[in-house]
Amino acid sequence: MTDMASLMEDRAAAKVISGNLHTPVDWDSPKLARNIKKRYAAERRFKIYGLSAIAIALLALVVLGYSIISKGYSAFFQTYVQMEIFFDPAKIDPDGTGDPAIIGRANFDGLIRDALSKQFPEVSGRSERRDLYDIVSGGASYDLRERVLENPSLIGQTRKVWLISGDDFDMLNKGYISANTDEGDRRLNDQEVGWYNTLVSQGSVEKQFHTRFFTNGDSREPELAGIWGAAVGSFYTLVVTLILSFPIGVLAAIYLEEFAPRNRFTTIVEVNINNLAAVPSIVFGLLGLEVYLNVMHLPRSAPVVGGLTLALMTLPTIIIASRAAIKAVPPSIRQAALGLGASPVQTVTHHVLPLAMPGILTGTIIGMAQALGETAPLLMIGMVAFIVDIPGGALDPATVLPVQIYLWADSPERAFVEKTSAAIMVLLGFLILMNGLAVYLRKKFERKW
Amino acid sequence: MSLTYLLLAVALLCAVSFYFGRQRAVALSNGRYSNLHSLPAHYGMYTALWCGLPALGLLLVWMMFEGTIIQTMIVADLPEEVTSNSGLLSLALNSISQIAAGGGEHLTVSPEIVEAGHRLANLNTIANAALIVVMVSVALVGLALSYRRISSEMRARNNVERLFRYIMIVCSAIAILSTVGIVFSLLFEALHFFGKVSPLDFLFGLEWSPQTAIRADQVASDGAFGAIPLFVGTLLITLIAMFVAVPVGLFSAIYMGEYASPKFRAVAKPALEILAGVPTVVYGFFAALTVAPFLRDNGAVLGLDVSSESALAAGLVMGVMIIPFVSSLSDDVMSQVPKSLRDGSYGLGATKSETIRHVIFPAALPGIVGAVLLAVSRAIGETMIVVMAAGLAANMTVNPLQAVTTVTVQIVTLLVGDQEFDSAKTLSAFALGLLLFLITLGLNVFALKVVQKYREKYD
Repeated sequence: MTDMASLMEDRAAAKVISGNLHTPVDWDSPKLARNIKKRYAAERRFKIYGLSAIAIALLALVVLGYSIISKGYSAFFQTYVQMEIFFDPAKIDPDGTGDPAIIGRANFDGLIRDALSKQFPEVSGRSERRDLYDIVSGGASYDLRERVLENPSLIGQTRKVWLISGDDFDMLNKGYISANTDEGDRRLNDQEVGWYNTLVSQGSVEKQFHTRFFTNGDSREPELAGIWGAAVGSFYTLVVTLILSFPIGVLAAIYLEEFAPRNRFTTIVEVNINNLAAVPSIVFGLLGLEVYLNVMHLPRSAPVVGGLTLALMTLPTIIIASRAAIKAVPPSIRQAALGLGASPVQTVTHHVLPLAMPGILTGTIIGMAQALGETAPLLMIGMVAFIVDIPGGALDPATVLPVQIYLWADSPERAFVEKTSAAIMVLLGFLILMNGLAVYLRKKFERKW
Repeated sequence: MSLTYLLLAVALLCAVSFYFGRQRAVALSNGRYSNLHSLPAHYGMYTALWCGLPALGLLLVWMMFEGTIIQTMIVADLPEEVTSNSGLLSLALNSISQIAAGGGEHLTVSPEIVEAGHRLANLNTIANAALIVVMVSVALVGLALSYRRISSEMRARNNVERLFRYIMIVCSAIAILSTVGIVFSLLFEALHFFGKVSPLDFLFGLEWSPQTAIRADQVASDGAFGAIPLFVGTLLITLIAMFVAVPVGLFSAIYMGEYASPKFRAVAKPALEILAGVPTVVYGFFAALTVAPFLRDNGAVLGLDVSSESALAAGLVMGVMIIPFVSSLSDDVMSQVPKSLRDGSYGLGATKSETIRHVIFPAALPGIVGAVLLAVSRAIGETMIVVMAAGLAANMTVNPLQAVTTVTVQIVTLLVGDQEFDSAKTLSAFALGLLLFLITLGLNVFALKVVQKYREKYD
């Protein structure tokens, strides 16, 4: 209120100075000048408040982005260890049959362990050995098997092979586990750090691009866990959502905008759509759990159920956007079509709808982007299960990208922190792509009538 | 997958009927389309719709009831001692479906169950075959009947358009249906819950510990279902979020609307909107792994004991999430204040900030209150941030440095994992959901009314 007061003061001062209306106000008098200065200072302060509010919001965005990227970029690379592997015929194919079935069953883990023991012959004792074998991931034996099945002539030879390392070793190499901390405070003991240093000095430790992260399903081992399973699950879920919500939403929008008489039914529908848009997403999850799982007995964890649930959530977004797009088509188009003898339905399907389509598609893409980022309702319908397999259809158990992020964020292993951040980067990448497409569509087809 | 093929088959039949219907109309026209009442394509569409729609409707009804009917048939044949105990029953049904799916060799179950499993597999096969036969025959009958009705006088276009209209009405009604579905599914389970726990204890109880004994002989608490601590926690976090979101959102809206140059706005506005587009699970991760440790460490430096799941961390991050929401809504509201008010204020010699503070803001206040209420309702219903960053223990505290739990956190914890639908523990989630739904709905209806009234004032 102070500056309102000072505004009043200005007036009062002006009145005193002018005495009556015929003598002009002396705007240069020290009192008025002081007052104006005060008011301008208040003006500047106010402007600074506004600017700093925006700065705070943008700072939050930058910190968010920085913390995710700085935590996550290292997940795109994985530590590999070079080992001299002797492809022992006695272990792989003792009878020399060359039969892939026999080779496939061979104990490739044993080969890796032999190589590790040969490299560090001084290691003895059960627990020490276990520590030693943890240098290499359990997934490395599958790589070796692939290699031998592809090229059976390797059997009997000794080759230097890059093997994927275990997660603790990977964390040490990436610097997340510091060798300088007290031995009791880190996950690797001094001996394991010593092995690491030896391997590094031999040039046998290297970071390579981590393709598995993009091609694997989930795993309990961080170094083997990938996002492909969740990405496929997200894809099926979104397809189901789109198939259901797009036609229903557009048809509902056409009806409400072009055909609906003003009656109680229409009013109830409109009120309902507005309210549905504001219902918390978790309530939709409860609805899905009760109706789709308990009443209709659809399979748990399936993308179909996720898609059905998300479709109800996306419907209001699509309806509202489509109505706005249809409303933006000028009435003259309709009148022209009707005047040439088109029926109301023909007018809509041949003229109004094609003209409104860019707007409708923009709204749909934004709705789909929301659905892609949605987590809470999917937790309710069981899409949080630990699923290793890549889902093959909309009825298979699956998880989706945001739920995968939630699951990894809950995992205790240090290596999952970077996986989570990397998965977030992938999810945000998809969202940016979708929103970018929406903006492009809007810019390209935007029409002023 | 049989369902996909079934749908494809029906789509194919529709395409075939379209072709037949159109051909028939063309044949009837004797080469002049003006002999027909409608365009040939309308006749095609007429037959296609009559072929496809009844079949799809049948499929929908079938899918809704198939599971329930088959389950009732299976349960009817199970021995009394299994069906009388709901826990045993759900266990038995689980094994039965496993056996039916071809697995379950490792299960040690009674021969009745194994038999029921085989029966279930049998029934499923029969049901699938029956569905295919019934659906295809319904489609064919629809095709045949509509094909025979085609004549040059038939009003195919009117028919098709009327049908189109009905389809549109059904689509619009889905909005009502989902609200009804939400209310009934929540109410149904909540009433179950209130049969076990008195509504008064639930609404006004001061203690929340939903762990109930699983077996009768187990030593465990009876479970306390007092929702007050959950609402205190929810309100605390919401309040913190509002402390961040309202001033920042409001001031950025003012700056964007009144001061910023078009160039600045073109950059800053989309950047702010990115905050609204970030999935909540990302905010949750940020709150749990960046903000919470930061607050804890800095609190320790200052000698404060900050919990690692403090309400402050969740509230701050939630506030950031809501900034663009508050900002865009209040921007809308303030831009609707008529220009005459502004001009009047400038004319009297007020500066820009004086105009905003003493003219525009008071005039827009009802709308801004509405916007803030909408933001509050969104904060109350927000789930992932609090699930990841807030605690699980229901502490009755207003200290933002301590861990509190919220309604949505409890719903998620109670329902994730295996559920038993007859325990008060699981059912209480639905009662909480109902309460959450009613509160957010009430807030929204009220806020929208306020905004509406405000708009009318200046229209």
